[in-house]
Amino acid sequence: MPKPTPRPKTRTIRVDYLARVEGEGALFIRVRNGQVQEVQLQIFEPPRFFEAFLRGRHFTEAPDITARICGICPIAYQISAINAMEDLLGVAVDPALQALRRAIYCGEWIESHVLHIYMLHAPDFLGYPDAIQMAQDHPEVVQRGLRLKKIGNEIVRLLGGREIHPINLRVGGFYRVPRPEELNALIEELKWAQEAAQETVRWTATLPFPDFQRDYEFVALRAADRYPLETGRIVSNRGLDIPVQAYDEHFQEIHVPHTHALQSRIRERGSYQVGPLARYNLNFHRLSPLAQEAAREAGLGPQCRNPFQSIVVRSVEVLYAVEEALRILQDYQPPPAPAVEVEPRAGVGYGASEAPRGLLYHRYRLDSEGLILDAKIVPPTSQNQRAMEEDLWQFVPQALDLPKEELTWQCEQAIRNYDPCISCATHFLRVHVEEV
Amino acid sequence: MSPPTTTPNTQSPQTRSGQPLVVGIGNPYRRDDGVGPAVIRELAHQVSPHVCLREHSGEGASLMAMWEGHPRVILVDAVVSGTAPGTVHRLEAHRQPLPASLFHRSTHAFSLAEAVELSRALGTLPPEVLIYGVEGREFDHGMGLSPPVAAAVETVVRRILADLRRHG
Repeated sequence: MPKPTPRPKTRTIRVDYLARVEGEGALFIRVRNGQVQEVQLQIFEPPRFFEAFLRGRHFTEAPDITARICGICPIAYQISAINAMEDLLGVAVDPALQALRRAIYCGEWIESHVLHIYMLHAPDFLGYPDAIQMAQDHPEVVQRGLRLKKIGNEIVRLLGGREIHPINLRVGGFYRVPRPEELNALIEELKWAQEAAQETVRWTATLPFPDFQRDYEFVALRAADRYPLETGRIVSNRGLDIPVQAYDEHFQEIHVPHTHALQSRIRERGSYQVGPLARYNLNFHRLSPLAQEAAREAGLGPQCRNPFQSIVVRSVEVLYAVEEALRILQDYQPPPAPAVEVEPRAGVGYGASEAPRGLLYHRYRLDSEGLILDAKIVPPTSQNQRAMEEDLWQFVPQALDLPKEELTWQCEQAIRNYDPCISCATHFLRVHVEEV
Repeated sequence: MSPPTTTPNTQSPQTRSGQPLVVGIGNPYRRDDGVGPAVIRELAHQVSPHVCLREHSGEGASLMAMWEGHPRVILVDAVVSGTAPGTVHRLEAHRQPLPASLFHRSTHAFSLAEAVELSRALGTLPPEVLIYGVEGREFDHGMGLSPPVAAAVETVVRRILADLRRHG
């Protein structure tokens, strides 16, 4: 039996996580004598700037402005903003328009989840530093991911007007709706995508998962008869069941010293988790029969408390999103009008939807002219921040025998389980180049 | 101050083959990170309609989908490399791998550098890919470029116009 290596007294693990801007995002863990002493996850918080920026703007501008918060999930921001405005203004859109919103949201889930599964998370499990190295050995896997992701882009481009910063969604509906024949090529691609998504579930199920579980409070939307996407009530596995309008009564955001971001808590109980695992645990029976079957074949039951298995759950959600988009587009009949008329009035509106990373809450107060007096935006990553730190408090002690490099890798992976929002930050290259 | 606007990307990949593509990467709400989109807006008044101009958030996989079918691609992004703010770097990505330092901290993101190298690994990199990196100074939330970066926009526009002319 190999002799155990003596443990150093103090170990510090520092991961320059998400750090596109120096000092903006980092993970810091201090361990002394085998005990975790400190876990600090620092994230940035773009919504604060946007909340200020929105004041004085017209309510119709909120979807397009907030879409700029995230390069990966603009649809989520647009739909949460639209839901909030329609809540206040008493707007009910045609079911065909609601279905189109659901379809474009499916496109965003496919894009975001596939990117995370194939390009960021799978290389972790397979021991590759990145997708580029993984592509050397498994080009066909990476190609499948890229094609699947492109179908998500295509849904967003077709229904959203363009794939980056889509502009076609508005309070009351859409600026333009597609003609049925525009959807034909996409429908064919979605049929391929359904196979590819099933294959993705089977593939992720074979990855090696650390033995790790926690007893989370999961929070997600719940819609009457379908898996939650664009609307629903807020529910949890500890008895919470509230309309979105009651969010502020049950949730609070607090300042913690080590990060300038706010951390969310359930007032009565503390930390909670949002995102794929939460949706899955709270809505398993609302998945399609095919997605449920794929999950079971992958070894998942209706409950899953291992955050490392979120990659499998994301794959199940991709399959669901592909099927759902296919169903909606195949059944599509153009609605009577692309949008309903909307008149401003004073008051407060509340909206939420299920962004790929989890519950995204918006609240706006308008004056009688429809100008925004104040805005509140709570993104999924800040809601998960406390749960991420708590995972590490529990995970690090059981992994302390690993060499430092491997331990650091696993801590990164533990954070990556949450697909924390990296694209809310800036996008510049970090370079050391000689001047040309 | 009004939110940025861009031309809709309503073309499908099949219809854009053969045209040069210029992509400005960045977030105009993060100060100097908006240099890429700022270059695109300047170019919009100066290039012929057969040149595709796009703004982009920088997410790598959709960049790869965007440049599919374009023989010549020019990308503009903000960089941080320790040179003076406003310094313009030019890389010929189709000739050689991007410097290893580009991949610093890249395991958490899949952005421009990863997209270029993954395309190279898969054999799907367009025949010509030029990257202009503009050294940024301020990346706080807010709009507007810092003066040295704003001044660099004109330089980059001039050099891109020359690149486009050289190949007709």
